[in-house]
Amino acid sequence: MPKNPDIKKVLVIGSGPIVIGQAAEFDYAGTQACRSLKEEGLEVVLLNSNPATIMTDKDIADRVYIEPLTVEVVEQLILKEKPDSVLPTLGGQAGLNLAMELEERGFLKENNVRLIGTTSSTIRKAEDRQEFKDTMEKIGEPVAASLVVTNVEDGIAFTNTIGYPVVLRPAYTLGGSGGGIAHNEEELVEILSNGLRLSRVGEVLVERCIAGWKEIEYEVMRDSAGNCITVCNMENIDPVGVHTGDSIVVAPSQTLGDKEYQMLRTSALNIISELGITGGCNVQYALNPDSFEYCVIEVNPRVSRSSALASKATGYPIAKVAAKIALGYTLDEIPNAITKKTYASFEPMLDYCVVKIPRLPFDKFISAKRTLTTQMKATGEVMSICNNFEGALMKAIRSLEQHVDSLMSYDFTGLSEEELLEQLEIVDDMRIWRIAEAVRRGVPYEKIHDLTKIDCWFIDKIAILVEMEQSLRTKELTEELLREAKRMEFPDYIIARLSGKTQEEVKALRKQYNIVAAYKMVDTCAAEFAATTPYYYSVYGGENEAVPENTGKKKVLVLGSGPIRIGQGIEFDFCSVHCTWAFAKEGYETIIINNNPETVSTDFDIADKLYFEPLTPEDVENVVNNEHPDGAVVQFGGQTAIKLTEALIKMGVKILGTSAEDVDAAEDRELFDQILQKCEIPRAAGHTVFTAEEAKAAANQLGYPVLVRPSYVLGGQGMQIAINDEDIEKYIGVINRYTQEHPILVDKYLEGKEIEVDAVCDGEDILIPGIMEHIERAGIHSGDSISVYPAQSISQKAKETIEEYTRRLARSLHVLGMINIQFIVYREQVYVIEVNPRSSRTVPYISKVTGIPIVPLATRVILGHKIREMGYTPGLQPEADYIAIKMPVFSFEKIRGADISLGPEMKSTGECLGIARTFNEALYKAFLGAGINLPKYKNMIITVRDSEQQEMLPVARRFEQLGYKIYATRGTARMLQENGVHAIRTNKIEQDSPNLMDLILGHKIDLVIDIPEQGVEHAKDGFIIRRNAIETGVNVLTAVDTAEALVTSLENTDIKKLELVDIATIAGR
Amino acid sequence: MKAFLILEDGHVFTGTSIGSRKEIISEIVFNTSMTGYLEVLTDPSYAGQAVCMTYPLIGNYGICYEDQESLRPWPEGYIVRELSRMPSNFRSQDTIQNFLKRFDIPGIAGIDTRALTRILREEGTMNGMITTNENYDLQEILPRLKAYRTGKVVEKVTCSEPVKWKGTGYKVALMDFGVKKNIPASLNKRGCQVTVYPAQTPAEEILAARPDGIMLSNGPGDPKDCGDIIKEVRKLYDSDVPIFAICLGHQLMALATGADTKKLKYGHRGGNHPVKDLATGRVYITSQNHGYVVDTATLDPKVAEPAFVNVNDGTNEGLRYIGKNIFTVQYHPEASPGPQDSAYLFDRFIDMMGGKK
Repeated sequence: MPKNPDIKKVLVIGSGPIVIGQAAEFDYAGTQACRSLKEEGLEVVLLNSNPATIMTDKDIADRVYIEPLTVEVVEQLILKEKPDSVLPTLGGQAGLNLAMELEERGFLKENNVRLIGTTSSTIRKAEDRQEFKDTMEKIGEPVAASLVVTNVEDGIAFTNTIGYPVVLRPAYTLGGSGGGIAHNEEELVEILSNGLRLSRVGEVLVERCIAGWKEIEYEVMRDSAGNCITVCNMENIDPVGVHTGDSIVVAPSQTLGDKEYQMLRTSALNIISELGITGGCNVQYALNPDSFEYCVIEVNPRVSRSSALASKATGYPIAKVAAKIALGYTLDEIPNAITKKTYASFEPMLDYCVVKIPRLPFDKFISAKRTLTTQMKATGEVMSICNNFEGALMKAIRSLEQHVDSLMSYDFTGLSEEELLEQLEIVDDMRIWRIAEAVRRGVPYEKIHDLTKIDCWFIDKIAILVEMEQSLRTKELTEELLREAKRMEFPDYIIARLSGKTQEEVKALRKQYNIVAAYKMVDTCAAEFAATTPYYYSVYGGENEAVPENTGKKKVLVLGSGPIRIGQGIEFDFCSVHCTWAFAKEGYETIIINNNPETVSTDFDIADKLYFEPLTPEDVENVVNNEHPDGAVVQFGGQTAIKLTEALIKMGVKILGTSAEDVDAAEDRELFDQILQKCEIPRAAGHTVFTAEEAKAAANQLGYPVLVRPSYVLGGQGMQIAINDEDIEKYIGVINRYTQEHPILVDKYLEGKEIEVDAVCDGEDILIPGIMEHIERAGIHSGDSISVYPAQSISQKAKETIEEYTRRLARSLHVLGMINIQFIVYREQVYVIEVNPRSSRTVPYISKVTGIPIVPLATRVILGHKIREMGYTPGLQPEADYIAIKMPVFSFEKIRGADISLGPEMKSTGECLGIARTFNEALYKAFLGAGINLPKYKNMIITVRDSEQQEMLPVARRFEQLGYKIYATRGTARMLQENGVHAIRTNKIEQDSPNLMDLILGHKIDLVIDIPEQGVEHAKDGFIIRRNAIETGVNVLTAVDTAEALVTSLENTDIKKLELVDIATIAGR
Repeated sequence: MKAFLILEDGHVFTGTSIGSRKEIISEIVFNTSMTGYLEVLTDPSYAGQAVCMTYPLIGNYGICYEDQESLRPWPEGYIVRELSRMPSNFRSQDTIQNFLKRFDIPGIAGIDTRALTRILREEGTMNGMITTNENYDLQEILPRLKAYRTGKVVEKVTCSEPVKWKGTGYKVALMDFGVKKNIPASLNKRGCQVTVYPAQTPAEEILAARPDGIMLSNGPGDPKDCGDIIKEVRKLYDSDVPIFAICLGHQLMALATGADTKKLKYGHRGGNHPVKDLATGRVYITSQNHGYVVDTATLDPKVAEPAFVNVNDGTNEGLRYIGKNIFTVQYHPEASPGPQDSAYLFDRFIDMMGGKK
């Protein structure tokens, strides 16, 4: 069936800010789909509140709206742009929920807009727990015994009939928010009441627990003619009970015979047919490991994280094909973009093994529970490809960038055997390392399997790796042994360490025996057809298919940014992709190395060549030895790429742009101080130290409070404000938990306005698209601050000083390309906090709101073009007519036990944008986009530390004027009452009921403003209040400035009609 | 122990010996299925061939005897990247290593199977040798490889006596040219009483048993090597008994009615081939295993017309016979291994015989 000619203008809904459970995969899917639609000559209107995405680029869509994802906004947008169709299946759960609401309101019908890619009845059948259950029963597909409940009593009654444990799944939430496994009535009540609150429709599914069964997923496609295919299946190494987003996943399934494989495949096809899905769909199964019994766990009637993984694992572009299907094409009409010979109506065959490992944020949230449950906690993931499982696992582990490189990375040798066996039952991110330790001690597979329910096949694979460690330790490093170790992807330095040789000796031996990495192609068809798409992975041994051809072009290596983590998100993928495109435009052959399956940069048609590899020196060197690039760019791939600079130089690869020495100069305290001195730029006084003693001495000399941080930090990792000696000791302890190769910085803490600037420097001139100002005072990480462009509250003189300082710094550091500088304006004085001669988190945001394509400009500058010659007047660019506010978005409700109070360490997972002609409207949009939709009950709680009480007072008064009832504990209440604010005094949580906790759990509170004491010993009380508030879905703010911004926004909620801004029309001036 | 795979074009792969140590010469083909290695091994259509599995991890779930498609493995040799040292599955009864040894099937592991596949894809199916003799002499071996012919293999794999599957439904005569167990099982599941006949059974004998329908099975080798059988198939065509044929059976019917077959460059072997039903436009993912194909240019339009086509390469995947209750497919509706999407063809055959009974 050819394309439907009635479809001419399509509204694509994105997924909004990155939160746990809804991350970069939707930018990848959305971008691929938009390109696919444009390829068909359609006009694409895009709506997504997330400015860091590639999809919200004017290169990707014709009209781009970075506006809050609310029903009102979509309706207004439809009235404004008059699309004939809406494609909602690419924006994750957020997009799907919006589409449902629009449909339910009858708005789409009224305005003659059709939903494409799905129907509301499909969405309902898949997403509504009861309808889903009924549908499955109708076609004879088994589901676990379950009941949808709308209150706790029914939940208890039903559970009593099926027995504990039970799984709880709230309807219409993402990443399993609010779900969990309850083993007793107490847990049931807790999780269930929470889930009921979080569910959009107040429904929770109570389900027989099938924890311990194999978890298997199928990615299925179907077209309007009813043709169905499965793209691939995947097996979770962690059995049912761990969210698939937090599981280690292997593709294809490894422990299923053809009978089981086909049984589930047939079931998946039956389900997609019955649901009438046109596009992609993900079906999750629990398979009894001891029989053919299975249950359908869940169906996602849209592209998902798993479909992104499946696309990257197989080469089959699910989102692209789904978009074409939405337009009316059938699978046999859509060419396979990889082989260009076959069609989308086939099933990919893998001749390799793919392993995905989640990137969990426990290094950021030290207090959080590491336990993995049905509630997803991972912020990102890595994928690796190899022709054996052991190698794929080893590569994936070292791709994580979490101080792990093998199965020896966590030390459990201190545990007694009894303790170890006990701990094997713990389901957390260190489980495979515990299993490795158990194997080392000779615990039988069966015993490990009994405790973990992990299939013995995987345990045996772990054992093979452990045996290799042993062999390397004890045996002579023969050619055969070395070959075998490399086949399993042991890095040279680990082989060296175990065998008592140096890394150079191992490398030399490899050279002698000709043990080198060869590259194989991901071609969707196990080599059955010749493929043209250069998408590669490495193996040791065998034919190298990635033989470089002489294209006559210069080659550039672009290093990606690895897994999405707090502090290094999708922004860096935006930068990497744009840099790659800019190099291509300049006539370069482009090569990307990255290991993140969720991103656009690892799509097969972004660079001329894609190497899906870990970003470690050895893996990069292998690619370099194969490709011999003319240069590499590291300034766009975040710290991941920057960290590789030294290694690249050793390999003889030229670093394009700012030199490594200058990058070092910006990070090295002493060198940097010299530069500041030379440039006559003040900075907060500070010292470089190595020990706790030195740090304390420095702090006392500077006077508390001080900022303590390791150099070479990312997202403020390890950065803290210390108010006394005790704090210092504790921080240094934390910082030193990991091998610390770099010194520690101790700076005087200035509580001023924080300002941020991204600039391009061509060696002489600079270009500053705009100055951004943070709402929160210095001390809160820039990534967690609300950021306003153009800066609103600093003087013209300060702006000029900032421009001048930026110029001086860029020149002194010989910046060629991007530079990011953070300033503090304190009592009209401008101080520099830090300088990063690389691309930053704010680059996509500032590019979009100023219309200045900074990354392409920086790329061209790197290649020798001048700012003037590219048509720009150097210096600070004129301010735009719009106010644009970047609002951080957090995922605290997903991470049990994480402290949510903001500080110098970054905690947000994503961001959204509010853009408008007035500050107030922009702020309102920004809060709306972040999901803070108030008021509901007009009740709030305020607890403020003494030092900030005076500042809090006017804010509290304004809330009161808005009709809020304010609850406060003794100190705050007294202060407010004394100043004429009617605060209601409430008991602290350790006091008698009714106390603060009862208020929060009573579900009648809109907002908690809790300004905790600074320093390490955050009041325990505050921590419990904040956690409970977050876990019951109450908004919590921990800074006065944020609270003030919120009240300002609330005072402006009468802005009924928002003015929607098409970003694509903002032209740089 | 080392083993060597020597191709007739002179390529040599060095790996580890698996299974039997005996030396074999055979045609080398590849199969892209990711699961179902036991079904592949026990598919009689692989008689006379050594099969290379493109999926690198084989043996993961061991050997489950009930999954066998016949009573023994048929390939001359077996080529894999890696055999799992420890199978894991609740039904596993043995390891693939033992299975190969017991049936004296030699093989080679640890070679770059993808490189081998690429050679076969580019140069076409060719002959090869698997040997553990380190002192092989290419000068001597290559002419032997080139000269090797698979020859008549149907008679090797067919049953020697008729075998009956009890049922209360239609009586189906199933010609065994190398039948996979799931063909009679699929019919039997639909109530049919099935009699499996040796390939050489005269048509008269089959027709005398008054079957409601006749099935021609899959099987190994070049269909043109089955001259005698083709004559009998022609007689079956001339009878008015409904006929359904699969794979080799499909080719033999085409040859019996005047069309020609040709050899594909490297065949279709795997579980992911898209086939379009020309009557409905629907596409099905099919299980396939064939090296020869019916040449549609040689079809007499008065006799037969294409009913199914391969979406990838446009080759014929099935025929409908004009004015006859006969349809034949090149692929495997019985799956095992592979997708079960085409099982509906057995229902269609039941309908041809008169519908549900």
